Amino acid sequence: MDPGGPGVNTLADAWDWLTDSANWAGDAGVWHRLTQHLVLTVVCLVISCLIALPVALVLGHLGKGGALAVNISNVGRAIPTFAVLVLLLLTPIGKWGEGPTVVALVLFAVPPLLTNAYVGMREVDRDVVRASRGMGMTGRQMLWQVEVPLAMPMILNGVRIAAVQLVATATIAALAGGGGLGRIITAGFNLASTPQVVAGAVLVAVFALLVEAVFEVAERLAPKRGAR
Amino acid sequence: MTAPPDDCLARNEWICGEYLSTRRDILLDAVGQHLQLTAFSVLIGLALAVPLAVLARRWGWAAGPVLALTTVLYTIPSLAMFSLLLPAYGLSAALVVAGLVLYSLTLLVRNILAGLRAVPEETRQAARGMGYGPIRLLLTVELPLALPAAMAGLRIATVSAVSLATVGAIVGFGGLGNLIYSGMNTFFKAQVLTASVLCVLIAVVADLLLLGVQWLITPWTRAARA
Repeated sequence: MDPGGPGVNTLADAWDWLTDSANWAGDAGVWHRLTQHLVLTVVCLVISCLIALPVALVLGHLGKGGALAVNISNVGRAIPTFAVLVLLLLTPIGKWGEGPTVVALVLFAVPPLLTNAYVGMREVDRDVVRASRGMGMTGRQMLWQVEVPLAMPMILNGVRIAAVQLVATATIAALAGGGGLGRIITAGFNLASTPQVVAGAVLVAVFALLVEAVFEVAERLAPKRGAR
Repeated sequence: MTAPPDDCLARNEWICGEYLSTRRDILLDAVGQHLQLTAFSVLIGLALAVPLAVLARRWGWAAGPVLALTTVLYTIPSLAMFSLLLPAYGLSAALVVAGLVLYSLTLLVRNILAGLRAVPEETRQAARGMGYGPIRLLLTVELPLALPAAMAGLRIATVSAVSLATVGAIVGFGGLGNLIYSGMNTFFKAQVLTASVLCVLIAVVADLLLLGVQWLITPWTRAARA
């Protein structure tokens, strides 16, 4: 009989799985899956920022398209990630390897970036903006020297939400055949190996929490404007 | 020998009326399972979130840890959350419900706590001055005033639960997610598209219903605006 109960036993088995170096090497090993997950997250975050931020900054500067920028993140929440991944897999994009994963990741990272950057731009004190106009600043100068620096905390908050979203979406991508740490979990289910499923889940959870922590630390270390 | 049927099912088209009529029972079963998973999760989440938020409001020191815990839970991706619950629940609908409860709980606690904190201090003092005890103050003043924020949280939690329930397909209890999963393995386009559209429809209808409920139970917000 197992004195610790089945839960403790599974955790011990999951720990054994994690500490077995054979599980870390090779194409299906942890190191390879971790690299895939990291590369997918970073590449898609950069692509999403390049798409969303210019649009949000220009719309915010002009004060147009607010309803679109705010509602798009509500719509994004109602659409299941898994469904989008599978739909993309069945379209011609599905033939390009990681294509469906990249497109789906970008689609789900753009709304929080767009909404937060737009709201940040609109929350900049209108008096400050009018003062900068009165000082003779051009639209471009106002955007880069006044509005963007003041909106930066909200813009970075959007980047943080997008990054966490990307890690989660990249995990679900494994269900639709994409790479990344989620593959350790799906492979565990296919092998009916609960220790591997739990070990993979722990890796994913730690990875997601680390990403969140990196942004938390970056926010604390960032120079506070107006503190002088 | 009869020729194979040349309908949209045989041609594997995305939009297929034939699919809707021949697989109606499968679709209805999946929608039913999806609704059950979502409804149970959100209701259990709500039942746990209200006392947690009230306690976090009452004892200031509890608010920090409660909010930190909800942030941690919310950061864990859904597939990992379901997998972490596997040793406790096995391959069951309870596993999916438990995972969705944790996400709903997170969203609800944050919103209800924000709503309770937004109750003006003068309002509280006025109620106390009128002789309200702590329980009556909570039930008849603070909670009603927190309703708009709580309902906003409930709508987000419900829509998220509808969408996340599809991931439950990994353990075979994903409602419409099961159809998407099996459709993926057989490249059955009509099944994947139909299930996806139904899923979004459920989310939108649930959101509108909750908006209607909010309209009905907070008449004073309309009176103030008029």
